[in-house]
Amino acid sequence: MRKNVLLVLGASSDIGMSVAKKFAQEGFDIQLAGRNSYNLENHCTDLGIRYKVNANFYELDALDFNSHEKFVRSLPILPNVVVSCIGLLGDQSESELKIKKNVTVIRTNFEGVVSLFSIFANYFIDRGNGTLIGISSVAGDRGRASNYIYGSAKAGLNAFLSGLRNRLFSYGVNVLTVKPGYVTTKMTSGLKLPKALTTNPEKVAYCIYKAYKNKKDVLYVLPIWKFIMIFIILIPESIFKKMQL
Amino acid sequence: MFLKKNNFSSTEEITGWGLYPRFNVLKKNPKNIDELTEAAKTPSLIARGNGRSYGDSSINKVNTIDMKNFNRFLHFDESEGLLVAEAGVLLKDVIDTFLPRGWFPSVTPGTKYVTIGGMVAANVHGKNHKNSGSFGNYVHWIEIINIDGEIVRCSRNENSDLFFWTLGGMGLTGIILNVAFFLKSVKTAWIKETTLVAKNISEAFRFFEDNLNSPYSVAWIDCYTKGKSLGRSLVMLGEHAKINEIDFKNKSNPLKSPKKRRISIPFYFPPFILTKFNVRIFNFFYFLNGRIGRRTKLVEWDTFFYPLDKISNWNKIYGKKGFAQFQCVIPLTNSKKAITELLNCISNSKSFSFLAVLKRFGTETSYFSFPMEGYSLALDFPINSNNLLLMKVLDEITVKYGGRFYLAKDSRIKKNIFEKSDNRISEFRKYRQNKIQKKFSSIQSDRLNL
Ligand SMILES: Cc1cc2nc3c(=O)[nH]c(=O)nc-3n(C[C@H](O)[C@H](O)[C@H](O)COP(=O)(O)OP(=O)(O)OC[C@H]3O[C@@H](n4cnc5c(N)ncnc54)[C@H](O)[C@@H]3O)c2cc1C
Ligand SMILES: NC(=O)c1ccc[n+]([C@@H]2O[C@H](COP(=O)([O-])OP(=O)(O)OC[C@H]3O[C@@H](n4cnc5c(N)ncnc54)[C@H](OP(=O)(O)O)[C@@H]3O)[C@@H](O)[C@H]2O)c1
Repeated sequence: MRKNVLLVLGASSDIGMSVAKKFAQEGFDIQLAGRNSYNLENHCTDLGIRYKVNANFYELDALDFNSHEKFVRSLPILPNVVVSCIGLLGDQSESELKIKKNVTVIRTNFEGVVSLFSIFANYFIDRGNGTLIGISSVAGDRGRASNYIYGSAKAGLNAFLSGLRNRLFSYGVNVLTVKPGYVTTKMTSGLKLPKALTTNPEKVAYCIYKAYKNKKDVLYVLPIWKFIMIFIILIPESIFKKMQL
Repeated sequence: MFLKKNNFSSTEEITGWGLYPRFNVLKKNPKNIDELTEAAKTPSLIARGNGRSYGDSSINKVNTIDMKNFNRFLHFDESEGLLVAEAGVLLKDVIDTFLPRGWFPSVTPGTKYVTIGGMVAANVHGKNHKNSGSFGNYVHWIEIINIDGEIVRCSRNENSDLFFWTLGGMGLTGIILNVAFFLKSVKTAWIKETTLVAKNISEAFRFFEDNLNSPYSVAWIDCYTKGKSLGRSLVMLGEHAKINEIDFKNKSNPLKSPKKRRISIPFYFPPFILTKFNVRIFNFFYFLNGRIGRRTKLVEWDTFFYPLDKISNWNKIYGKKGFAQFQCVIPLTNSKKAITELLNCISNSKSFSFLAVLKRFGTETSYFSFPMEGYSLALDFPINSNNLLLMKVLDEITVKYGGRFYLAKDSRIKKNIFEKSDNRISEFRKYRQNKIQKKFSSIQSDRLNL
């Protein structure tokens, strides 16, 4: 029997590498796609040695929309599972000053993923199966002053994934939205993260694999975040706007 | 929910495993070779692995470079067990990956949560030093970022000075990037362990010397006995079990390890938890266990090599102030006398030690590594003024008998004592003179003027 294949978009991401390892451990062959090919080559070698699976890497820039269709067609095997770890946090204070950077944050987190997933969705419909996993964020649940640029992109992504799930369900294609909460990765290095609300990439990967197996729709990696966000969403806007969040 | 961003370098408080002393430092976490070579441009720096050295070996105030992102296997040759790995790979990952295929580290320290870079830099020893030597014996070559920021390969035949100073050089010769080293072939994941109960230190020494052929040996000493039972201990011998020696139920999968959970300690223990009384109770049960347990039994590798790893952050049991480890090695001719004197001194003091470990070393070939033929004694002490004083006395005894100290465990030795203990220092200083000395330095190397 041919092995299942996982494709990671934005593969030099710490979460992405952990997801690749987890799926490789479960016997998947791995495709890594991202911008940083030096790292990806070593990652592939590592996966091959560690888990005795085939691992290959591909150049991909989420912002180079014109290349996406070609990228997908160039893959030697259409993957069974695609996980997007593409993300850019940006710096909110800087974003406020530099409109251009806002746009990059929005385009990376939202448009890049939309473009790629839309292509895969069509291929998966044709094949009649597949799973798309989008790593989004609790930041998308409600816009807050401290990171609403990133947050609004993730909110867009949440809506997109939910719509896509709705559309693809009848074709046997699953869509999983992942909201990790704080994770210790290079994206958050240098930030002081509250321990109780923070998890690590390995845990995220473990939960993603489990959610994939169980065909879950939305995954809060740390359940506490679900409660926090429910609470935050419930606050009336007239009060919320006065809060420093 | 206000989180401040600070790019890939940040100040933070770090310590060694002993949680003493503490420093606020600038730390960098480079992700790839470009970021690493950039980070290596500063005038002064030290590489850091997993921070399992006890003191200040892997701490530099202005530039501590965390190597843990360099954690990939680059090559494995199944025919001879030669593994090429980036320096930040954890030993745990090596075992998890290769033990199921019949390979085990040729030399391992008492914890698997160390990086390969840290193992090379401290040239670590295991319970098999007497026959197998240090980890460096199994290192084929090392790639290192040198003083000029270039990546150079060194081995016994190529840049051999750099090679032999790097083994045991405590990161003071450059940043270790990649390491090629040999694993050894094993048939099972099990160890045949024999426990001998020694009534006192003389008997413990006799057990060691009578069993020099046993691949692994180590003794746990009860530090509270005095007089005739001074040095009462459990001497543990071990060898990798062969297939026909393991239980029937494990035979079908001899290299598989049972899954175990790690316990973690949620907070610093307050000082009163670890009183002399408790330690005695602990020791009592420990010995009782040793007495009634079967003398020879099969244990899985994790229990034999890494009993402490079962509790993920056991260093917190010593409380917030932290602890220090005293580890010395005494040349064979003086071992018995010196170690008896050390134990006497400890058992007469008011301090208490949770762990006292005795090991037999063989000869050592690298330039600056800790081991020498003889016996090594290691004990942990919670930090307080009494214990700091006691350790000073132990330092003096060590020096008196021609012994020396393990830098990977040290957080407090004075320069003059260290100089008296090791006549190789001047050679090492000469090697590091001028450029290297300024560039690669830790708080420890500054303290000891290495
Ligand atoms: C419970 C426990 C048991 C132990 N048992 C033993 C034992 O039995 N035998 C033994 O020998 N040791 C033992 N040790 C000590 C431990 O093996 C060493 O301190 C080892 O160096 C720790 O590795 P690390 O990756 O944590 O390195 P760190 O503690 O981060 O660094 C240790 C040294 O290595 C250098 N270093 C680390 N990575 C690099 C790199 N990439 N390039 C250059 N230099 C580098 C650092 O500069 C520093 O000088 C034990 C420690 C603990 C906590
Ligand atoms: N860490 C957290 O606390 C946290 C919390 C919630 C959600 N998330 C989300 O989790 C995902 C993974 O993030 P992470 O924490 O693992 O951080 P990360 O290591 O910074 O990963 C982000 C990844 O996105 C890639 N990327 C950015 N722009 C790209 C582009 N134009 N084309 C291709 N790849 C691009 C980056 O590639 P380069 O290496 O080339 O830059 C990087 O691999 C992201 O979607 C993030 O938003 C993270």
